[in-house]
Amino acid sequence: MSLESMLIVAAILFAIGLYGALARSNVIAVLMSIEIMFNAVNLTVVAFARYVAPLALREEIGSVLTGQVFAIFVITVAAAEIALGLGIVFAMYRNTESVTLTEASQLRH
Amino acid sequence: MVAESLAWAIFLMPLLSFLLISLVIRPFLNRIPQLSGYLLIAALVVALVLSVLVLVRSNEGADLAFPAHTWLDLGDAAIQIGLLLDPVTCIMVVVVTGVSLLVQIYSLGYMKDDPGISRYFAYMSLFTASMLGLVLSANIVQLYAFWELVGLSSYLLIGFWHDRPSAAAAAKKAFIITRIGDVGFLLAIIYLFYHGPQFAAQGLNPLHIPDIWQAAQPLATGGAVLGGTALTLVCLGIFAGAAGKSGQFPLHSWLPDAMEGPTPVSALIHAATMVAAGVFLVARFFPLFQEARDAMMVVALVGGFTAFAAATLGLVMDDIKRVMAYSTISQLGYMMAALGLGAFGPALFHLFTHAFFKALLFLGAGSVNHAAGTFNMRYMGGLRRQMPWTYALLLVGGLSLVGIVPLAGFWSKDEIITAAWLGEGPVDPRVALAVFVLLVAAALLTAFYTFRMIFLTFHGDFRGGGARELQDAEAEGIPAPTAVTDEVHLAESPRVMVAPMLVLAIAAALAGYLANPQWVKELLGIPGHWFSYYVESALTYGHAETAPFNWPVAVISTVVALAGIGLAWLVYAQRRPSADTGEVLETARSPETDETQGSADETAHGHEHAALAPLRSEPLAKAGPVHTLLYRKYFIDELYEGLVVKHVFYRYFAGLTDWLDRNLVDGIVDLSAWLTRQIGRLVAQLQTGQVQFYGAVIVMGAVLILVGYLAFGAGIGE
Amino acid sequence: MTFPGLLTLTVFLPALAALAILVFVRGDRMVRGFALAVGLADLLLSVAVFLALDRGEGAARFQLVDRITWISAETLNASYFLGVDGLSAPMVLLTGLLGFCAIIASWSIRERVREYFIWLLLLQKAVMGVFTSLDFLLFFLFWELELLPMYMLIANWGTGRKTYSAMKFLIFTILGSAFMLVAIVAVAASQAAVSFDMTLLLEPGSMLNGASAALPLSLLFWLFFAAFAVKLPTWPVHTWLPDAHTDAPTAASVMLAGVMLKMGGYGLLRVNVGMFPGEVTAFAWLLILLGVISVLYGAVVTIRQTDLKRLIAYSSVSHMGLVLVGIGSVGAAAGQVTGAGLNGAALQLFTHGTITGLLFVGVGLIYEKAHTRYIPDLGGLAARMPVAAAALAIAGFASLGLPGLSGFVSEILVFFGAFRAFPIMTILSVLGIILAAGYILWMLERSLFGPQRERFADLTDASPLEAVPLALLVASIILVGIYPAFLTEVFDTAITRMVDVINVQATGLAGVR
Repeated sequence: MSLESMLIVAAILFAIGLYGALARSNVIAVLMSIEIMFNAVNLTVVAFARYVAPLALREEIGSVLTGQVFAIFVITVAAAEIALGLGIVFAMYRNTESVTLTEASQLRH
Repeated sequence: MVAESLAWAIFLMPLLSFLLISLVIRPFLNRIPQLSGYLLIAALVVALVLSVLVLVRSNEGADLAFPAHTWLDLGDAAIQIGLLLDPVTCIMVVVVTGVSLLVQIYSLGYMKDDPGISRYFAYMSLFTASMLGLVLSANIVQLYAFWELVGLSSYLLIGFWHDRPSAAAAAKKAFIITRIGDVGFLLAIIYLFYHGPQFAAQGLNPLHIPDIWQAAQPLATGGAVLGGTALTLVCLGIFAGAAGKSGQFPLHSWLPDAMEGPTPVSALIHAATMVAAGVFLVARFFPLFQEARDAMMVVALVGGFTAFAAATLGLVMDDIKRVMAYSTISQLGYMMAALGLGAFGPALFHLFTHAFFKALLFLGAGSVNHAAGTFNMRYMGGLRRQMPWTYALLLVGGLSLVGIVPLAGFWSKDEIITAAWLGEGPVDPRVALAVFVLLVAAALLTAFYTFRMIFLTFHGDFRGGGARELQDAEAEGIPAPTAVTDEVHLAESPRVMVAPMLVLAIAAALAGYLANPQWVKELLGIPGHWFSYYVESALTYGHAETAPFNWPVAVISTVVALAGIGLAWLVYAQRRPSADTGEVLETARSPETDETQGSADETAHGHEHAALAPLRSEPLAKAGPVHTLLYRKYFIDELYEGLVVKHVFYRYFAGLTDWLDRNLVDGIVDLSAWLTRQIGRLVAQLQTGQVQFYGAVIVMGAVLILVGYLAFGAGIGE
Repeated sequence: MTFPGLLTLTVFLPALAALAILVFVRGDRMVRGFALAVGLADLLLSVAVFLALDRGEGAARFQLVDRITWISAETLNASYFLGVDGLSAPMVLLTGLLGFCAIIASWSIRERVREYFIWLLLLQKAVMGVFTSLDFLLFFLFWELELLPMYMLIANWGTGRKTYSAMKFLIFTILGSAFMLVAIVAVAASQAAVSFDMTLLLEPGSMLNGASAALPLSLLFWLFFAAFAVKLPTWPVHTWLPDAHTDAPTAASVMLAGVMLKMGGYGLLRVNVGMFPGEVTAFAWLLILLGVISVLYGAVVTIRQTDLKRLIAYSSVSHMGLVLVGIGSVGAAAGQVTGAGLNGAALQLFTHGTITGLLFVGVGLIYEKAHTRYIPDLGGLAARMPVAAAALAIAGFASLGLPGLSGFVSEILVFFGAFRAFPIMTILSVLGIILAAGYILWMLERSLFGPQRERFADLTDASPLEAVPLALLVASIILVGIYPAFLTEVFDTAITRMVDVINVQATGLAGVR
């Protein structure tokens, strides 16, 4: 497994998530797509931590887990975001009986 | 020696009267009629006594030079105030306080029933104080200040009956036209100040009048401090101011309109004193003018031309006061011409005598108005039977104006014509000759219009007065003329009005003996030729000498004057009204006069005025277009107000500027605001509210940046 | 650090009073009475400031200094720094006088009285602050602080297109002051020791010279000029003034014309003339050109106006142009500059403040009673309202430069000074006085004189309270007209120093060349 293959997988994942986030009109699907993008980023971060972190540094302190720690932070934040996002979706559904994103443009005015 | 405070008191007495009337009497004691008048008269009596005292002391050769006081001191811009008590001033203070006193006494009668009498006397006090301040000023800025203040008092008094639109308009016109001249005066002052460093190098003050005289004189080392073009410019600036105030062509058109003011005001301000201030101003700076021959020539020609042109206009006016107004302009033209010809003494002498006889004539006109209820001479006639005193006194004034031996006007006018005849002054003899012709022609016209006025007013039969004028106006459907009442009570005016006229008539008859008659060597302790010698001693710099009595000129001017009177008699006194039937009226009526004259319809009113003489047509109207030209004052009012001011300036120039201001200058402001709003609106279109659209834009932006970096950013960060 | 406190009290008394009205004072009558008392107290304080200024030779330039270090960070030496000199002391007096008059002129306000007086008092405080602050940061704060009350007064208590006018006023001024902010930051950043102290920059050979400036000096000069020119206002950035004046309530017009325009003139004299001696002499021709255009253009446009307030507003454009003409006098030959023109410009600020203040108070009275300001609808008021008419006539005559009244003195000093530098321009600006006579007399004739009108038959004259501001302003106009030295000797103490700086600069430069 090389860094390149890891990055390619992450890029594909990211592109899929991005497409979903921009193109789907269902809010739930959009939230799921955003999760996919988060995970693509997580994969990238962990991959870089594994392959690119300086060797000298690793020899000195054993192993460097900065990337992994970042990934865990991102997962936590994503979970919080999903909670918040779903809350908003519920509120929206309660008001409009719809989870279609294109109809939610009240804040424009 | 006269204490400085006494000389200041001459000016302060009427000022005090003004303050007391406006701050105490008018707010609190307005119920007591004429109190303000008595106060002003008392103040003027004191001022007159002091003035005569100063004149006597000055004549005895007392030193009346007082140091000036600092008013404003800003480094080089130091303005002082002080007194300049030279013989010219001493004469002027006596004339101003004297005539003002007589006019105020007359006003007690004339203004008796006017509700604004306190305001009237307050303005009169302000005027007298300003006029005295003007003649006493030793500093040119101080002089200018009082110069404007007499303009203000004139404005207030012309517009005294401010609920008459014509009076308010006339007041405004007077102020603005004189101000046009005053700008010249102000520029002359600024220009003098500009030369301050050169003045200072000689130890002179550029604003102190005697220093200015000195600066115009050639120095021992060469040119003057103020010479050449600079001097000419200063002189022309000063003359512009003088021309505005003295109603010289082309700034004369305000003075006839100024007759909207009460008649005593016309007598004091627009005949005797304020309008003569222009002559005084040129006389005050005579040492400058003497060194500037071009300016002198301008003064002489403008004066001569004005004397003649104004007299032609006096021929055709119906309003007795307007005849006098043109006469005043004409006589002021004589004085200006005299100054321009270098005849310093005669100019001031004519100013002196003119003050008396013209004030008398105006007061007489007021007296006539009191009886007839109108100033329109077409509705007068035959008043000599009811008003013998007024008639006699006006006759004295008129003869003095015409210049009949031995009244005062003869002596003074004769000196001026002599100076023009001799042409020995600083101007070109050909100019002097031209001025001589103009002045002699003006003398003929003067005699004619003066006696036209006297014949129309006092001879023949009474033609109905104000009552009939109002009826005629109503019948013709034109608005009732202002200042006309239907209260016609044909009787002599009260003594309080006749007495001042009597005093003025005595002065108008005898003042001539103060000056020249060869055969009066000593009169009441006054030596012959006293006036000229005394006044000319004021010229510390330069020199002027009055020419001796000249028999040929005296004969010419007397013959001309008598000819004028004779012509007037032929035209106006000859035709008895009884012989003057309707047919004559018809034939005499030319197409022009139908419009301009507004002749009354005799047949319609004939039976109502059975007891009254019919209106007479104007014999001069036969002259047709010439008469129209004169009657419309050479169309100068139409030119100034109608064309220049109303159309060219107000409608087109100011209108265009105003339009540009609203649409271009402010338009750019509104346009930029509009543009900003439009751009905002356009950009706001991007704000769709669709989160996914925003996301797509962000992604596209990111991709663009990435592509840009890959394509062009190879070197970045290295 | 010094703190005698008189100036601080003068500046902040109105603000404290505004706070007190907000918190304690209840009831319209109480609010009015309280504001009147505060206005009177502040007037007396400003008189005290004016009298306390030591005019003697060798006295310190800035007196009554209140100074407390505010922000002492190395890079931001700002302090709370108030002080007056000969230039600002008369301005403080003017503000106190007109503030008092404005409060009385607001007597007829019936809506939201508390709010109104709070804004009015805050306005007075801000203007006082501008005239007394000697620290650029503080100066700018006060300069901007004045906008909000004026916006509120026009937008809430005005007439006609009031929100449009208020917004226009706001945007114009903010645009100008944005330029000034840039300039202030650049000036502060220019010096070796970063500081906002204005007094340092007023000394000859100040730290502000071309070598140490963050921006070119001429650019700084024009940045400041932009702010002051809008406020003055000069052609072509004057168009906010007629709208703001016309739609503002009487008291706001009085403050606007009486003192706020003077902030522009004061700034020009204090900053552009005082701190940029080289630039102001180099650009004098341009300043006087703008001045002459303002004088003539303003006068010509004035002649066409039919609304009393609009007429006075345009006449203000014309008269404030004379301030620029007076400043143009510094264009005289190097080393030959004299104080006449600058003194005239400074005096013009004061005289125009009182004259226009009086005009607006008088017009406000007429509008309040006759319910119209349209001149053709007026007429014959002199008979009905003699006191108001007399005051209006006196103000009018002062405005057209009648000697014996204050306008004449400043005008003739301006002309005296400017003629030395630019004769032709000065002659052109003198022609403005004919036009002034035209529009003022036309206004008087049509509004005060003429036949009495039926519908004005029951107009009442000014009440004794309403006559107080008329009398105060008339008295000050006559006093300055008859004895101008009491103001000019104060102005001259500051102007002399400015002229010295200019002449030293000019001769110094000549020496280098």
